[in-house]
Amino acid sequence: MHSFGYRANALLTFALTILALICAMASLSDNLNSPSPSAEIQILNINWFQRHPDGNDEVSLTLNITADLQSLFTWNTKQVFVFVAAEYETPTNSLNQVSVWDGIIPAKEHAKFWIQTSNKYRLIDQGGNLRGKEFNLTLHWHVMPKTGKMFADKLVTSGYRFPEEYR
Amino acid sequence: MDWQGQKLAEQLMQIMLVAFAVVAFATGYAIGSFQMMILIYAGGVVLTTLVTVPNWPFFNRHPLKWLDSIEAEKHPKPQPQQPSSVSKKKSSKK
Repeated sequence: MHSFGYRANALLTFALTILALICAMASLSDNLNSPSPSAEIQILNINWFQRHPDGNDEVSLTLNITADLQSLFTWNTKQVFVFVAAEYETPTNSLNQVSVWDGIIPAKEHAKFWIQTSNKYRLIDQGGNLRGKEFNLTLHWHVMPKTGKMFADKLVTSGYRFPEEYR
Repeated sequence: MDWQGQKLAEQLMQIMLVAFAVVAFATGYAIGSFQMMILIYAGGVVLTTLVTVPNWPFFNRHPLKWLDSIEAEKHPKPQPQQPSSVSKKKSSKK
């Protein structure tokens, strides 16, 4: 270590390498967490159900979303991105997923929540297939880390059905 | 710094950084605070810099034995031919 600059450089690179290592360890520690989230989605009301002039169906819903996602948070969690998607099958598409609501949970304290809202994003079909169609409302979550790997999972609630007639 | 000092400085740097990293990770994981881990580690890096980078006296406890001037005089530097030319002296960094 011949000079000031040489030592400073060696120290800086070694320090950064070790920093990368402890961040990798922090990310690996997330695998030790076994989360047990719960959620319930209720459709309070179908506000309206119409077909556009170009032939696409659209639905407006009022939803009641209750969830407890506190067990998803670890020391290495920055935020949890959560969204509700309506999923159904049509003759043209084997799977349609339409996001109707999303939110960002910045901390564990906010992860146990209840929200009543109309759909944040429009539920429009690619075509006129929704009358009488059965669909699922799936709650998806993405656990975004401070450093490292992101975990994503979902909870499916099935048994919903669009009305038979437009209203 | 002398040779022993350089070796000491390098060892100290590696040991201190690894030790602070271990302490930082253990503390951060135990109390569940990522920020605390980063703060402890950053403090450790600053402390290590202060201890190992500047040329402290304790790094110079085995100073190099340069030749006596008598030895140097026995082998004089060749004199320049032109009296008007300037001779450059190289200074080496320790």
